[in-house]
Amino acid sequence: MSSDLKMADPGPTGRFGEFGGMYVPESLVPACAEVERFFRSAWQDPAFRGRLDALLADYAGRPTPLTRAERLSEALGVDVFLKREDLTHTGSHKINNVLGQGLLTLAMGKKRMVAETGAGQHGVATATAAALFGLECVVYMGEVDTERQALNVFRMKLLGARVEPVRSGSRTLKDAVNEAMRDWVATVEDTHYCLGSVMGPHPYPWMVREFQSVIGNEAREQCRKVLGGADPDFVVACVGGGSNAAGTFAGFVSTRARLVGVEAAGGAAVGRGIPGVLHGMRSYLLQDEWGQILEAESISAGLDYPGIGPEHAWLADAGRAEYHSASDAEVLDALKLLARTEGIIPALEPAHALAWLVRATRDGIVPAGSTVMMTLSGRGDKDAETVMGLLQEGSV
Amino acid sequence: MTSPGVAVEPHLRCAREAGRKILVTYMTGGLVADWVRYVEAMADAGADAVEIGIPFSDPVMDGPTIQEASGAALARGVTPASILDDVARAQVEVPLVAMTYYNLVARAGHVRFARQLAASGVRGAIVADIPLEESAGWEADAGESGVETVLLAAPVSSDDRLAEICRRSHGFVYGVNVMGVTGERARLSTSAEILAKRLKAVTDLPVVMGFGVSTPEQAATVAAYADGAVVASALMRMVLAGAGPAEVADTVKAFRAAIG
Ligand SMILES: Cc1ncc(COP(=O)(O)O)c(C=O)c1O
Repeated sequence: MSSDLKMADPGPTGRFGEFGGMYVPESLVPACAEVERFFRSAWQDPAFRGRLDALLADYAGRPTPLTRAERLSEALGVDVFLKREDLTHTGSHKINNVLGQGLLTLAMGKKRMVAETGAGQHGVATATAAALFGLECVVYMGEVDTERQALNVFRMKLLGARVEPVRSGSRTLKDAVNEAMRDWVATVEDTHYCLGSVMGPHPYPWMVREFQSVIGNEAREQCRKVLGGADPDFVVACVGGGSNAAGTFAGFVSTRARLVGVEAAGGAAVGRGIPGVLHGMRSYLLQDEWGQILEAESISAGLDYPGIGPEHAWLADAGRAEYHSASDAEVLDALKLLARTEGIIPALEPAHALAWLVRATRDGIVPAGSTVMMTLSGRGDKDAETVMGLLQEGSV
Repeated sequence: MTSPGVAVEPHLRCAREAGRKILVTYMTGGLVADWVRYVEAMADAGADAVEIGIPFSDPVMDGPTIQEASGAALARGVTPASILDDVARAQVEVPLVAMTYYNLVARAGHVRFARQLAASGVRGAIVADIPLEESAGWEADAGESGVETVLLAAPVSSDDRLAEICRRSHGFVYGVNVMGVTGERARLSTSAEILAKRLKAVTDLPVVMGFGVSTPEQAATVAAYADGAVVASALMRMVLAGAGPAEVADTVKAFRAAIG
């Protein structure tokens, strides 16, 4: 069965079925409209695309390799291929998006970027792009996250960004988004909000997916080469807001591959969420009976988000992609497994994707002999301290 | 059966026709146990309408003071239902207007939320985080229950959008003085005067300006360009610092005296 469902342009209203939209205060409507207008024209402009492709190649180090994970495959009884976003400049897929939005910021004639960050990878990537393009940069980061990702805070500062710890609410990613939006409302004239995932108001879910689709497009070509023209049986990626997964799925949505997104058990928006409106979008959200947003909870700051990008909500409802979750303990085991079988220490976020795969191969959900393409969205350096603490505590 | 509470638009038009500037005050629902007494005190001190904040976990349009007030109310365990239960007992003869965020409305369902407001005597509603494009359904469902949806107009709204906002807004039109969130500011933004005049030029609805109105002098200045002003953070700062209803009422009286 090949699917005719497409990950397409959601049109001027930014709808993916009943999800998406542009739920922002009146003050932000012109800014969102401006981003849409500039993105729409830039994305069709060969000069813009050429500049972005050149940066992706010569600055970020694309294309990233597709690595056949031989000893891991042997351990799991399936053929696993890893899309190596961990090998990009700054160490995660977040660079793909910020180079695009950085160029767009220049095109719009703005001088300042603000961003939210959870794990700090998007903050580091935004600070990197800002330095590269000569833009001022402010990164909002939940106070809890500034503590568990202290190294990334330092990296952002080295890159010349200002890091603003956010002390409201749960003091994690969702509160950092709130604070970035509050900044943006007051500064839209000269500031672009460089959102880090496929979430937020239109056009962000669409735009960020397009900037990340380079992952899936490359991976599909690379898979065809190594699989003798075939596509993999399974395509797996972790999901926080969902940008590396959306970019990955975009390359495979028209194939027969089963698309699997893996959330943190403590932030499983598709599994435990209810449709609602937050941060400019309608999507699945962890919320209580009154509509108050619940706090996600995960060892991985990058997946600590109570929602999911609206296109994922739509793919889930349409049955084109499936979403599962992995627990903190499974994730640490998976991280160790990849380190010891392949000599690759993944970030905690993509370790969720692997944790699901380990379980799914054991349970026969992924049958022996299947081919699996998994996006390794980032490298584990940033998490070394967290992991060390958890392993020493013996809590897992 | 007639709804309890006071309809917003006729009351404010009446005030305006009597040559009076409109003073709208704000109280975070459930902030303290006797929060309804603050609402009553504000009305008695000369507020022409009182906004009732129904706190949301993620108030993106609010600055530090109202964020803190919302957080404190939620920490007390209040819910939209408990707030509306409380407010139904308020002894006030001015309109009450709910101020909230869309997810609380969506979670309850438009019709149920609107009916609950109306049943509690809250006849107006401001949903801060949705624009024209997403609010038509709510406006219609609210209207069915006799709840007037007050729309926000921003300094960056185009002429076309301002006209549409004024056409669809009920009760009054809420002019947002500054590009930014709620909260006190040392000076009134120049954008306030410009927006107030643009709104007055295109609508006969009462035009009430809010965000950053911190002192009676600022309120008088902005009310002079429009039909009135909203005062929120300046009052919530007092309540957070422990001021009682009488003290807050004195401040409201000072605003009342200044705007005329
Ligand atoms: C390495 C890595 N992977 C994944 C994510 C989650 O984001 P998304 O779901 O948008 O890919 C993050 C976020 O910080 C990350 O750092």
